[in-house]
Amino acid sequence: MIKTFTKGGVHPPENKLSANSPIRVLPLPKTVNIPLSQHLGAPAEPLVKKGDRVKTGELLARGCGFISACIHSSVTGKIAKIDKLMDHSGYRRMTVVIDTEEDEWQEGIDTSPNLVKNIALTGAEIIEKTKGSGIVGLGGATFPTHIKLSVPKGKKAEYLIINGVECEPCLTADHRLMLEKGEEMITGIRLIMRALEVEKAIIGIENNKPDAISHLRSLTGEYPGIKVQPLKVKYPQGAEKQLIKAIINREVPSGKLPVDVGAVVDNVGTAFAVYEAVQKNKPLIERVVTVTGKKLAGPSNFLVRIGTPVADLINAAGGLPEDTGKVVNGGPMMGKALNSLDVPVTKGTSGILLLSREESFRRPVLNCIRCAKCVSICPMGLEPYLLRAASEYKKWDIAENERVMDCMECGSCSYLCPSGIPLLDFIRLGKASVSKIIRARKQ
Amino acid sequence: MDKLIVAPSPHYYGDYTVQKLMYGVIYALIPALLVSVYFFGIGALIVAAVSIVSCLAFEYLIQKYLMKTEPTVTDGSALVTGLLLAFNLPTNLPWWIIVIGSLVAIGVGKMTFGGLGNNPFNPALVGRVFLFISFPVQMTSWPTPIASRMQYTDAVTGPTPLGIMKEGLSAEVTTSQLMEQIPGYMEMFMGHMRGSLGEMSALALLAGGIYMLSRRIITWHIPVSVLLSVLVFTGILWLINPYDNADPLFHLLSGGLVLGAFYMATDYVTSPMTPKGMWIFGVGIGVITVAIRVFGAYPEGVSFAILIMNAFVPLINKYVKPAGFGEEVKNG
Repeated sequence: MIKTFTKGGVHPPENKLSANSPIRVLPLPKTVNIPLSQHLGAPAEPLVKKGDRVKTGELLARGCGFISACIHSSVTGKIAKIDKLMDHSGYRRMTVVIDTEEDEWQEGIDTSPNLVKNIALTGAEIIEKTKGSGIVGLGGATFPTHIKLSVPKGKKAEYLIINGVECEPCLTADHRLMLEKGEEMITGIRLIMRALEVEKAIIGIENNKPDAISHLRSLTGEYPGIKVQPLKVKYPQGAEKQLIKAIINREVPSGKLPVDVGAVVDNVGTAFAVYEAVQKNKPLIERVVTVTGKKLAGPSNFLVRIGTPVADLINAAGGLPEDTGKVVNGGPMMGKALNSLDVPVTKGTSGILLLSREESFRRPVLNCIRCAKCVSICPMGLEPYLLRAASEYKKWDIAENERVMDCMECGSCSYLCPSGIPLLDFIRLGKASVSKIIRARKQ
Repeated sequence: MDKLIVAPSPHYYGDYTVQKLMYGVIYALIPALLVSVYFFGIGALIVAAVSIVSCLAFEYLIQKYLMKTEPTVTDGSALVTGLLLAFNLPTNLPWWIIVIGSLVAIGVGKMTFGGLGNNPFNPALVGRVFLFISFPVQMTSWPTPIASRMQYTDAVTGPTPLGIMKEGLSAEVTTSQLMEQIPGYMEMFMGHMRGSLGEMSALALLAGGIYMLSRRIITWHIPVSVLLSVLVFTGILWLINPYDNADPLFHLLSGGLVLGAFYMATDYVTSPMTPKGMWIFGVGIGVITVAIRVFGAYPEGVSFAILIMNAFVPLINKYVKPAGFGEEVKNG
């Protein structure tokens, strides 16, 4: 049976141009810029200094604080500098710059293509390995995975939900990974199941990827605990709460975590990274990135070392088209527009999308005609038109009462608004202001 | 290469625009307009043309010279108002009365509040009700279909089915006798009866309504709740006393009910934002319509019912909220 979430949702054009292009290994870049903050939470603390020579896979910085993640070198070479450089968010962040010399891997890392299916470690050891390998959620939120795998005392995970939805238009990295690294991914899922002590895992895949559904179905045959669940195509199904609703019909209440309804969600890319970390002892230093755009000569999926400049990816896919207006880090619905092509690929980079100038401009803003489309499509059951008005007139109490903090910024409202109103911009303003007020209240 | 454009997400935009939605409504109204031209001839053409042209002109002039803003007549909303106003007028109405109605609809009904999106009441209905109160004689003379195709203000006139029913029932005539004076239900369904320009043909209006539903210009909640509540309310009255009350089908097919349910009550600006709110709004319109038709002084009450419920929309929006994610479900 095909499932989906019930509240709201939109159908943006899919434009999955690179769906049939196999993952290619991108050549090593001349230099890599590895930011120390590629994850949700505190930046990692550097263990190296300028002039040090590091090997591929060597630890550069250790995660500090409760929510943080380790950072490893993605090439072999000399550290040119550790400085504040701009990353995809547009902010300057502490970054380790390494001049690439060669690709000599740290001892103990298994770089052979051999598949290791046999699981030798205990749950606690798996979590420790995940932590040491710097693994974060690769779907885009970059939440450190070891924290997700350590279920808080008194709570019990029942289901592991694996996110193979890839509901963002244009992106195909997860799709290709499911097709090409299915066995590894399933082993990764089994590792996570052991860490979480759950018996049931469900892989959710939208049915615009029938090849991935049938491929993973054939692979999961020998593991009765792992199921593949086809999903109706609808954005934002890849959002954690919507995916849980779609697959096990449970709603995570406002301010609660998925584990409160007995579910833990991990991306397919994360499952693959867990496999590599635990079975091959390989830290997270590379990931699959889709490079796409209607005007681009060769939309592709690349296996890219973390820290590679975005420009390298675009050149490998045929070069920047003449009339490029926007370069987006991520998909068209939630991705961030870049203001430079020198920024590096980080752990959270799932795609690089090029939009022509024509596609890049917003529509003129007209009066709200109260057509109620934003209300009917909001997957969180909010009233975007009202939140917009609250933000515009700085009525933060109204914004808070109208649950502005529940907004996950999926962009469906701005996408659909016939008056071209940037609803989400106003809601973001509301979220920022309300969260400031909430923080002040707690002190 | 020029500088990269940076803006917050989303970077895709959907197909809906205000203009497309408004023209969608226009397309949906065309079948009913054609039916009207078939039955009422040149009268229908003149009334529709005068109403549309004067609404567009007033919108343009007010925006340009009074509000001193960039005129937005091309967005299609004034065109919808003009056409809907025409749909609510008899086809023998003198042109100058229509111009006054357009001025009230656009000027008072829409522009005094700040233009599209800000008006609390449906502008076309504001215009229509103003004319109805100011020119009661002209506004309640109804040309006979087909017979007066080539006449405008000199058309042969007579009462509408609702008028016959009201008159007859207050004169203690039973419904079964009155039914012989009004057209058959099939004829009424096709639009072969007296009435306002665009309100007669339930068939054409339903076709347009289904078109709007399929293109997601409107949702089903308001039309269904209006029609269903009229059906239920008149059904109860009819079951209690079939001699003094017309049957529900008569109420559905007569007057401006279908036009109101699909095209007037569903006006975005003046209807609620949530499905639950739309139900309250729709049932309110249905109940008030029947109350006016059955217990009131006027034979028809759809316009008043919609305007009355328009006034409740801010209140409905304030108290009827969509269920938030994670609020209502029992997990498990």
